[in-house]
Amino acid sequence: MIGVRHRDEPDHDPVAFVGDRVRTSGPLRAALRYVFPDHWSFLLGEMALYSFFVLVATGVFLALFFDASSTEVIWHGPYAPLDGATVSNAYASALDLSFKIPGGLLLRQTHHWAALVFVVSIVLHLLRIFYTAAFRKPRELNYMIGVTLLGVVILEGYVGYSLLDDLLSGMGLAIGNGAALSIPGAGGALGSLVWDGPFPGGSAFLPRLFFVHVFVLPALIAVLIGVHLALIVRPHHTQFPGPGRRESNVVGSPLWPGYALRSLGMFAAVASVLVLLGAFIQINPIWQWGPYEPWLGENGAQPDWYLGWLIGALRLMPNLEVHAFGRTLVPNPFFGGLLFPTVVFLVLYAWPWLEQRLFTRDLSQHHLLDRPRDNPRRTAFATAFLTWVATVFFAGSADRLFLAFGVSYEVQVRIFRVLFFVAPVVAYALARRVCLELRKRPDGHPLRAVDAEVVRRSADGSFVAEDG
Amino acid sequence: MRSLLTRLAILVGVLRGTARARHAPEPEEDRVDPRRYETGSPPWGEPAVAALLVAAGVLFTAFAVLIAVDADTQLLGGALGLGLAALSAALVLGGKRVAPRETAVEERPIGEPREEQTVLREELARGADGVSRRGLLTAAAGTAGAGALAAAGLTVTAIGPSASALDDAPWRAGRRLVGEDDQPINADELEDGSFITAFPEGADKRELGSPVVVVRVAPATLRLPPDRRGWAPEGLLAYSKICTHAGCAVALYRKPTDEALSSPPALVCPCHYSTFDVRRAAKVTFGPAGRPLPQLPLRLDAQRNLVAAGPLSGSVGPAWWGTKGRHA
Repeated sequence: MIGVRHRDEPDHDPVAFVGDRVRTSGPLRAALRYVFPDHWSFLLGEMALYSFFVLVATGVFLALFFDASSTEVIWHGPYAPLDGATVSNAYASALDLSFKIPGGLLLRQTHHWAALVFVVSIVLHLLRIFYTAAFRKPRELNYMIGVTLLGVVILEGYVGYSLLDDLLSGMGLAIGNGAALSIPGAGGALGSLVWDGPFPGGSAFLPRLFFVHVFVLPALIAVLIGVHLALIVRPHHTQFPGPGRRESNVVGSPLWPGYALRSLGMFAAVASVLVLLGAFIQINPIWQWGPYEPWLGENGAQPDWYLGWLIGALRLMPNLEVHAFGRTLVPNPFFGGLLFPTVVFLVLYAWPWLEQRLFTRDLSQHHLLDRPRDNPRRTAFATAFLTWVATVFFAGSADRLFLAFGVSYEVQVRIFRVLFFVAPVVAYALARRVCLELRKRPDGHPLRAVDAEVVRRSADGSFVAEDG
Repeated sequence: MRSLLTRLAILVGVLRGTARARHAPEPEEDRVDPRRYETGSPPWGEPAVAALLVAAGVLFTAFAVLIAVDADTQLLGGALGLGLAALSAALVLGGKRVAPRETAVEERPIGEPREEQTVLREELARGADGVSRRGLLTAAAGTAGAGALAAAGLTVTAIGPSASALDDAPWRAGRRLVGEDDQPINADELEDGSFITAFPEGADKRELGSPVVVVRVAPATLRLPPDRRGWAPEGLLAYSKICTHAGCAVALYRKPTDEALSSPPALVCPCHYSTFDVRRAAKVTFGPAGRPLPQLPLRLDAQRNLVAAGPLSGSVGPAWWGTKGRHA
């Protein structure tokens, strides 16, 4: 009889149902036995992945309501200062999301927080990889995919917060336009092409930005993440040295069931924190900034944190431009806005190859991680490089530092220009010294080791130092 | 029963022991078998997981109800966020206390046999079997590739609007200055230290070439170059409001609080601190800008309203390849 199911029918069993049709029971069983090393620092990458999931989920909701057009409309709504204001459709629909659509503000804020945390976790993950030398052969290519992801994600974040056509968006886009125009030779044509004319851009610009933000870059990020994960699984995870841990094995928790449960728990935890941030900590209140007009600007405007290093670089650069034949060959924003980030990313891309060819001369495969102290030169270099970028980053928050410490930004810029050259050198020397000191005590955990002498009082009242 | 303190002490000892062991592998430890398999949960384990899951379900339902009644962001996010937190706690607890705990050892697939690479190389090389003019074909393929790249590059540069529009500015001699309210600006409305934004009458305000700042300084303090002597009637000066560095609005006016002690009056860009001395034709005195702000020559008409006496003195906004040099 049609529709009747028998208990012993194979199709009644999910494993048989899938296996008969897809032939995946073998690979699936192998996947369930895949071993994950147990170390907290391996969760930073997972944190990034799960932030991305939250971004996609909240972003799909936002895209259903956001209207990326520069057509002017008169907005009406419960926020009195803007009621009746003439604004772009993009800004108006972002206001609608914030004030009219149930849950809209929650998801908008969660989306923004998730973007910030996404980049934070990628950077922390990169630091872990760098300091423990997880980028060594055979993982150089996957490391480079990771660095590419960082760059694409920063661009995606910038495009995202630039969409709303509020004052901060516009100021950020103006700077982006200035940087694009500054490309020697091609800048004028490129800027006009992307912006559909001179800044603030033609009617095609905002829809383009939206398309790039919700399709081109997310698709690219998703593909890169997929390749990144596949290239982790091929040689399996790295692991820290320890009992029974060798180059040729992986020791840790199998995926099923413990790791799967814990990792899903991690996903829920990341989502929970992001939603709670979105619920209770206001972020980017665009109604307070107001709509953008090219003649408006604001003091103390800060971009999202992951662009701080670029605004810092633009600020620190002296007013140098290259002129020739009565033309501006290299406009100033090129140095801070394009050259500096290019150098930073080139160094990141090149490091694994430089290290193996120039310093360690080591082309063998490595699956056991270094501790940072094991290679003082690498650790010192990483610390110096990080300090260098961080110095520029803090120059990007000179407005905040001015409010906090009252040091004028002229003085700050001069201090930061000196630190730009001095701080990395100091950081290199310090980090190298710390590594060498740590290597002297083989069992000393830097935080847990007791660096003291044990003194006991003997029966006759005297004090005796114990050995070890 | 051991006190909590004792348990903590044991825990710390174990942690330190494992930390030490993990960081200093001894040769004999390579032979240690780290495998471990443990089942069973403490008596409170399963009820706790169940309670957390139920709590998550209740909180998620609450979120749905709150959405339906259009509740506050804080209530909505609180319900959803705490629901996710309860779910997270249930999953982690389940993984760490209820489900089997296992430390396993998996063999790692290292490298790739050289023979496989040799076979692949031979397979690739077979593609050229019987082909005699490999050099010619390679060169021809290179030409095709280069042509395709050139086509892509040229198309991209050709489809955009012309870059020369970057230098357009609507200011012409005789055009009146108006405020954001489209009303003409009278010289008598502006006192020493004034700072306002003005636009060309009837022009598109959003065009980068449009907005100018108008400031008034004491005429005796002006240090304009000789060819700009007549550009600032009664000490009224107009400069493009768009920063010549990266295109932000030069929205700050640093007015001296004390003529003798303060630095001279300056326009400051809030983005990267480019600072322009208004008395010296917007000369850059600090920050990254490479050119002064273009100046708009002013005159007063019969009603003492501000009128442009000519076009702006140079290119507006951020420089590009076609922008004339330092003093244009």
